[in-house]
Amino acid sequence: MRRQSPYPYWFVLPAAVVFVVLFLVPTGASFWFSLTNWDLFEARFIGLENYRQFLSEPFLLRGLTNTIIFALVTSGAKTVLGLLLAVLLTSGIFAQGFLRSVVFFPVLVSTIGIGLLFAEMMHPTQGVINVALGAVGVGGPGWLTNPALALYSVALVDIWRGVGLATLIYIAGLASISPEYYEAAKIDGATPFQQFRHVTIPLVWPATTTVMILSLIGGLRLFDLIWAMTRGGPGFSSDVLASVIYKQYQAGFYGLSTAGNVILFLLIATIVAPLAYWLNRRALDL
Amino acid sequence: MVGLASFAVAFVVFVTPFIFVALNAAKTAAGAATLDFSLPKEWQLWTNLVEVVQARDYMLLLAYFNSIVITVAAITLLVIFGAMVGYVLQRRRSRWNSVIYGFVLAGLMIPPAVVPTIWVLQELGLFKTLHGMVLIQVAYGLGFTVLLYRAFISTIPRDLDEAAIIDGAKPFQVFIRIILPLLKPVTVTLIVVQSITIFNDFTHPLYYLPGRANVTVQLTLYNFQSQFVSQINLLFMNILLVTIPPLLVFIFFNRQIVAGMTSGAIKG
Repeated sequence: MRRQSPYPYWFVLPAAVVFVVLFLVPTGASFWFSLTNWDLFEARFIGLENYRQFLSEPFLLRGLTNTIIFALVTSGAKTVLGLLLAVLLTSGIFAQGFLRSVVFFPVLVSTIGIGLLFAEMMHPTQGVINVALGAVGVGGPGWLTNPALALYSVALVDIWRGVGLATLIYIAGLASISPEYYEAAKIDGATPFQQFRHVTIPLVWPATTTVMILSLIGGLRLFDLIWAMTRGGPGFSSDVLASVIYKQYQAGFYGLSTAGNVILFLLIATIVAPLAYWLNRRALDL
Repeated sequence: MVGLASFAVAFVVFVTPFIFVALNAAKTAAGAATLDFSLPKEWQLWTNLVEVVQARDYMLLLAYFNSIVITVAAITLLVIFGAMVGYVLQRRRSRWNSVIYGFVLAGLMIPPAVVPTIWVLQELGLFKTLHGMVLIQVAYGLGFTVLLYRAFISTIPRDLDEAAIIDGAKPFQVFIRIILPLLKPVTVTLIVVQSITIFNDFTHPLYYLPGRANVTVQLTLYNFQSQFVSQINLLFMNILLVTIPPLLVFIFFNRQIVAGMTSGAIKG
């Protein structure tokens, strides 16, 4: 008789059952249902009609472009600001530990709570932000009421909420850089900016990879903040894929909603997978 | 000088919103309606608290109860299931490993297909039930859990399990008696990070757990938004109430949160 391994595969079984039934099966099934007209009981095959609709109806297409814009803006800003904040918060400034906590805390707070709070603060006439801007003589915009601005206002709040995690990851990355590199650079006469450019940025690259990938995925999938602040409005000017998926689900267009899901899946796969590969390659080259 | 300036900016940007919430939560309905950043003329923190708790027939208490049940049950299963997977994945080298690892990463990245998931839940009779919601949270949390456990188990020497096996222990005994107790630090980290994630989850209960009796904390907050349109002080009190639990967790488990967020992230 073959001796049983001390690490039997049945250990994986409970997790695998839950994961396969509630995650893999729906994900696999979504490809089929996205090709149908579906009411949860009966699915009628209609080919690529849902996708055609998605890419031709302006209010659906807007969700797709907004998703890409939102993800690029927020992940870019979180990466840059996260690195700068991390450098600042490891430089031994006044109340450093307190500031680290303060910057990170919003990451832990309910997104819905943050969304509702900022929606009040961004009120066009009474909101604290515009009142404060008015006090210094600047006329604040209609943050959430101007269709051209609403998406970016939500992005701003998302950056505020998520930059703490980027900072935390960068702080861990900075801590792993040996001080000898900076000493060597100083002896060679490098200015602080040159040290940042030629020592910090290359050596903190693994953290950059993590921050960019995490925030891109988060940005592409974002739903709750948009929903709490604008519900995709005014009109459909701040709709993203995740909010379109929810709206079509509410309206009973299950096939169309699922097609949105598949598009989101493909978007994440085509943006994140090559990016992860490229970023990791660069890490090896450095 | 630069230090003080950056302190001031960080304070204004990151702290004042929370002070704003606390101040408005203590105002009267008329006082909060102007959305000013000012001290309340009349403090009525307690009255507002009572009113929010009593709203819609004590819905907030039911919501806290439901959210806590879901969070505790899901985390219990996640810890046991996740540790078992992480253990086998780290200890046993075979071609199955890369398959499992691929699924773990997929689970972290791919957005769940919502309507097909509702369809599966309905077929299983789990749609609109707390049990179903618990299992959903387990399915969605497994990726992060397995990654964290696998990384930690690689620091536990194999000699330990081998010695126990030579002494005649069964595989499951080795896991329960030897490995699981050693996982305590990473388990604490995991409980803290996942409880915040699951407690703050809005999207998935919105889809999979509709219905008044099943309401969770984040959904009450959202539902009260329309009810409290003319009583913005109560809306802010509600925001304050959902901000306090993470604040307490943060104060007491700061170290574990930092460990969880960075190790999971950097190795992920």
